[in-house]
Amino acid sequence: MNEPMEVKAAFELSEGGRREFQRLLKRYPTKQSAVMPSLWLIQDEYGYVPSGAVDWLVENLSVSHARVWELLTFYTMFRSEPQADYVLQVCHNISCHIMGARNIIAHLEKRLGIRLGEKTPDGKFALEGVECLGACGHGPALQLGKHYYEHLTPEKVDAILESLRKDVIPRADTDRELEE
Amino acid sequence: MSPDECRILSARFGRPDGHRLSVYEREGGYRALRKALGEMTPAQVTEWVRDSGLRGRGGAGFPTGIKWGFVPRDAEQVYFFVNADESEPGTFKDRYLLDYDPHQTIEGAIISCYAVNASLCYIYIRGEFGWLVDRVQKAVDEAYAAGYLGRNILSSGFDLEMIVHKGAGAYICGEETGLINSVEGKKGQPSIKPPFPAVSGFLGRPTIVNNVETVASVPYIINDGVAAYRRFGTEKSTGTKLWSVSGPVARPGVYEVPLGIPFREFFLTHLGGMAKGEELKAVIVGGSSVPVLTAAEVMNVNLDYESLAQAGTMLGSGGMIIIPASFNMVELIQVLMHFYFDESCGQCTPCREGTGWLHKIVKRLRKGQGVAEDLRLLDEVCRGMAGMTICPLADAAVMPMQSFLQKFFHEFEDLVKETATPRPISRWSRGE
Repeated sequence: MNEPMEVKAAFELSEGGRREFQRLLKRYPTKQSAVMPSLWLIQDEYGYVPSGAVDWLVENLSVSHARVWELLTFYTMFRSEPQADYVLQVCHNISCHIMGARNIIAHLEKRLGIRLGEKTPDGKFALEGVECLGACGHGPALQLGKHYYEHLTPEKVDAILESLRKDVIPRADTDRELEE
Repeated sequence: MSPDECRILSARFGRPDGHRLSVYEREGGYRALRKALGEMTPAQVTEWVRDSGLRGRGGAGFPTGIKWGFVPRDAEQVYFFVNADESEPGTFKDRYLLDYDPHQTIEGAIISCYAVNASLCYIYIRGEFGWLVDRVQKAVDEAYAAGYLGRNILSSGFDLEMIVHKGAGAYICGEETGLINSVEGKKGQPSIKPPFPAVSGFLGRPTIVNNVETVASVPYIINDGVAAYRRFGTEKSTGTKLWSVSGPVARPGVYEVPLGIPFREFFLTHLGGMAKGEELKAVIVGGSSVPVLTAAEVMNVNLDYESLAQAGTMLGSGGMIIIPASFNMVELIQVLMHFYFDESCGQCTPCREGTGWLHKIVKRLRKGQGVAEDLRLLDEVCRGMAGMTICPLADAAVMPMQSFLQKFFHEFEDLVKETATPRPISRWSRGE
């Protein structure tokens, strides 16, 4: 969008994604309201929101580029660049801070060999500091995807990393049975 | 009353099966909905909620029934939003309500929608609670399948659609107009009030935004009645309150107690006092945005809206942060000022610039680069922010900042270099 002559990047949603897109359109009285859930849909499928997806939304929701980009950049959970395989987001707000978040961050930095805000060279891990996750009584806590790991200790962090290195996502503290 | 009798919202907390419709129904769930739809008019439901004295549990404490009463009676389309954008530092109660007992909130929301004649309800859940979005969606699906949602609910003629909407990381969306703007597909920047959402909200239509805990309190009021609800709490602060307790106490967690209970009793009996080896220094009782109380002050307060206001603070969201003696207050306020700077939506200059200044000055103090003048400057920046913005985020930064500065001044002073040359200060900060 910055360079008008640029050829639009191809973008496709999976068949399931397209069905979900049609379904969510029915959930909102206006197409503008559907931008945010559509961005989630795209990010869940791609891991981030590619620039081609923005053009796709502009076309399919009849909204301006500015409208899509302002949401993509205002809301911190949306990402417009490819992400590391595992983005570890450690809460550094007051309650987790009191319960030892600094030590957990320092431990992660040492184990991963990167600083807060960086990505490992192999693209496997990224380490971020985030604001309050609503895990205050269970701190220190970190978020990975849809789940939280809580009551963190250096040992627990090591176990999580060891498992992730083998591409096994360990059971999170917020994992509870969803099936009846 | 025994502690268990007071658990009208939290009876299923900690249970592995409390989220299931079958369990909720077996324990009396959706009985209030049958009663409201079958035996009561919307006006009666509103009247009961008003008479119960229930106040908004998200932070503002506005009487719920009165808020509902602002919706114009002849409105054709009314919207209802359940605010589950729980992001106030120190607060994690709504997460418990939705995780352990989603149907209680769903039932409360359906009854609330009936009361204000809303036909579309959004549950706005903060994006970080990814697993909760799935859990609540599953519970909503169950409620549809059981005939509690959709067309002609329980053959009453009342129709309601309920949609789970996932936020994407913005503290400001917890403010009701920010939340509405967010669902409209805009940045979550608050709007000037008036008009209040109850008159002109989502898409310009009357819209009620209520916190999860507020909505979850409605089934009990309908089932057991106004008098039963008012048995809990004080004359003006009725009912029970969920307190999210974090920090080094013996037993952190979410507790439901009647409003008005003395902090000392709550601290000693429920929380078990401080964890071993820790000493109490201060408490932020209502989420990070309210003025801090020193250990001596907090030991004399009761936990209700009026007592806390009298003590110079607020009940807020009930996010109680316990601060131990081992922490320096300047270190902690730096953490909080970073938060407000990060989360300021940027539309009002006093907030966008002021939160940045506060963070910068505190950071400078902690680096040993501060001067005595900085302490006065902190206070002046605060005074340039308070009450000067569209929404209360600026106030939310100012209240902890000013109270930390006033009550723990020596800790700030200790960081100031006596020998430093005073920096030139701007005309503005000299008040000219």
